[in-house]
Amino acid sequence: MRCDLKKKSSILKSLRLGLFVLIGIIVFAYAFQVTNVNFETTRSEVRITQLTRVLRALAKPELIEYDTTEVDVATPFYLPCPDSGNMEEVEKNLKEEYITTSKLCASPKETITVEGFNMPPNSKGPVNFLAASGVKRQLANYETDNNGYFSVDVEVPNRQPVAEAQYIVATIRTTSGLPKWSNTAKATWDKIIETVFIALLATTIGTAASIPISFIAARNLMKDSTSTVTSTALNLIGFPLGFYLGYIFSKWIIDLLSPLQRNVFATLAGLLITGFLAYLALRRGLPSEDINKPTTAVKVQRFILLLIAGVLAILSIILFGEFTKLAGKLLESILGPFAFLGNALYLVGDITTMFAPAITAIAFGGVVASILNKFGLSLQNNISSKSLKIVNIILSTIAGAILFVLIMALINWFYQFNDPKISFYFPLAIGGATGFILALIAKPKQPLPTGFIIYTITRTILNATRSIEPLVMAIVAVIWVGIGPFAGSLALALHTIAALAKLYSEQVESIDDGPLEAIHATGANKLQTIVYAVIPQIIPPYISFTMYRWDINVRMSTIIGFVGGGGIGFLLQQNINLLSYRAASVQMVAIAIVVATMDYISSKIREQIV
Amino acid sequence: MLEIRNLTKVYDGNVQALDNVSFNVKQGEFLAVIGLSGSGKSTLLRCINRLVEPTKGEIIWDGEDIIKASQDELRKIRRQIGMIFQHFNLVERSKVLTNVLAGRLGYTNPAMSLVNRFSKKDIEMAYRQLDRVGITDQANKRADELSGGQQQRVSIARAMMQNPRIILADEPVASLDPVLAHSIMQYLEKINKEDGVTIICSLHFLDLVHRYANRAIALNAGVLMFDGSPKEIDDAKFKDIYGKEAERVG
Repeated sequence: MRCDLKKKSSILKSLRLGLFVLIGIIVFAYAFQVTNVNFETTRSEVRITQLTRVLRALAKPELIEYDTTEVDVATPFYLPCPDSGNMEEVEKNLKEEYITTSKLCASPKETITVEGFNMPPNSKGPVNFLAASGVKRQLANYETDNNGYFSVDVEVPNRQPVAEAQYIVATIRTTSGLPKWSNTAKATWDKIIETVFIALLATTIGTAASIPISFIAARNLMKDSTSTVTSTALNLIGFPLGFYLGYIFSKWIIDLLSPLQRNVFATLAGLLITGFLAYLALRRGLPSEDINKPTTAVKVQRFILLLIAGVLAILSIILFGEFTKLAGKLLESILGPFAFLGNALYLVGDITTMFAPAITAIAFGGVVASILNKFGLSLQNNISSKSLKIVNIILSTIAGAILFVLIMALINWFYQFNDPKISFYFPLAIGGATGFILALIAKPKQPLPTGFIIYTITRTILNATRSIEPLVMAIVAVIWVGIGPFAGSLALALHTIAALAKLYSEQVESIDDGPLEAIHATGANKLQTIVYAVIPQIIPPYISFTMYRWDINVRMSTIIGFVGGGGIGFLLQQNINLLSYRAASVQMVAIAIVVATMDYISSKIREQIV
Repeated sequence: MLEIRNLTKVYDGNVQALDNVSFNVKQGEFLAVIGLSGSGKSTLLRCINRLVEPTKGEIIWDGEDIIKASQDELRKIRRQIGMIFQHFNLVERSKVLTNVLAGRLGYTNPAMSLVNRFSKKDIEMAYRQLDRVGITDQANKRADELSGGQQQRVSIARAMMQNPRIILADEPVASLDPVLAHSIMQYLEKINKEDGVTIICSLHFLDLVHRYANRAIALNAGVLMFDGSPKEIDDAKFKDIYGKEAERVG
């Protein structure tokens, strides 16, 4: 009985194996069909000749060129033979270089032999037909022997008949002077520098932006963050409200400060004063240690001081932007060869000014949300759970409505429904209803997994962004900022943020939990735990992933020029399209050298640090 | 000082780690928690400072329930409860001094911690604590360069930075050899006797319990089986705690 069972199962097993093999064969057979695998083309003579030509050109990168002097050696030639038979014959100086033709005249398309004497031994050059109109047409190339003699058969071109003498010309090219870099090599050098800097900018910006994101996208840091219905709803109401207020506020401040805008000293003085006052207020408002429970008066005082510090800080950020812009322009005009430093300063200012309203809005959003949150917490602890439930339902309905309307506003921006029913009333009703139902089901103090929700959303966005190739992003960036290295940097930076944030967050997830627990147990809050327990553990993998990304970015930046993203790819593509493979070869060599060097350097740095 | 009432913890997947555990801890006691691996000792200790959220019950500390404390209040409670772990849980790539200073984080403004700054007073205190456990000369080494015994001393110094009123020690000597084990236990004893810090310490070896603790509680499958003086653990009690097939060693 048992034996039978075994047999059965082994037959089943081999049947299953056979099926898998069959499926495998079918899959690969189809793959050959789909990918047009055709070995006949690889044997075709025409293609092999072409391949040989291209490979030989690629093997000879056009790196070096010489100054050349050209001397033409000419002999008169009649095309076609004149009716009169009157042909001028020139006396050749037999001691110098001269060429002869087998006939003095010929009809079009006839073949003649051109011979050269006393030419430079073992040299090469073109044999041209110089028409009466001055147009040169190459007939052949000659190659002289040890005695400076050559002989080539050429076909006379088919041209308009001309009565007077035209010329057959052999050009002697002599190189003179030292070898020098070819124009291609120089252009390649310029572009390869650009390429490296695209990679540098993209990696730096990407790293800086992805570090904070990686903490939000780390499951182990986020999964324990929960908040009650009350505080979640209040946060959802408070943040957009604060965001809007902050935006209005920053616009107002910028308008207010506009009279200062053209004066370097006024902005500098303003920056110093506001910065200093903000620092003072911060020092007063942030006590270094809280041993005893602070009284309400102290709390209010601190809160006001911190608020003042915040407003002053926003002022100083705006003034900083204005000042660096002005100072940058000024420096640019006086620094001469170092004008790029001034330009960099100006750009820092410009970025600051550009982001100041956003920073203000986010800061305001955070402050308003946390004030409402505090209020919600005290409410939660001081009222009965029945009234809390009613409060929850009201807040949650409002929060849901706000959230849905905002999300719909974004969707509407893309799809332009422009119908208040779709873009406003529906989301308002659906969101409100969702919030209402959620608060109705949830217990009054039930914690919602907000951390996990934020983690999931962040991960989803990162994965979606990462799956778009930088080349595709560059196409969009080119439309936005025009063809050039800036577009390439933007595209690469965006992709770097998404890719690194994912890699980084996986590192955060794999750290040792013990120290986290220990630091948490000392009473440290989330931020302190990150600074003291998470960051020390993730520094080595972060550095190593940054280097890895740097390698990728160097490689990507070499081809991002294919879509107009600047760098060496632009030259490479141009030369390939023009079929100048020797020039393209220079760029390929340059890419190989740069990539190999960067690989080597980054592996050395990794060894040093990690 | 600390009163635990009907503490119950059920992990996800219906694993009952603690079942209706109640006991009192008096100021200045050296309380040993014994039981088999998986009997709920670690969970019990971690419930006290809420590293693990209890499912049910009350933990009364100074007349207030720790389980009901808000995040802000919890921070203030935690900073008075030092904790020592079996695997030391030091941040290995950080300096010893930084590890010790981390014990002060509950008293430091989070904004200051962002820039990695501690006050002079804290740094002096850290050196004093390192001196007490006899490893001042290792202050600037990386934590993972130290031996196991030294690492556990660093973690005692870290706990002492909190000015704790109570120290939770989760099998502090389980990964050390017997000689080192006694040295670490002696430090805990000293802290208990000299500073009057209450100590709740889970232990595996009964001889250590007899030698250092003045009271013991025992858990078996999350149920409190014994509460009394270590001397009262006779063979019958032993079988209750460790199961019928257990043999005494050491």
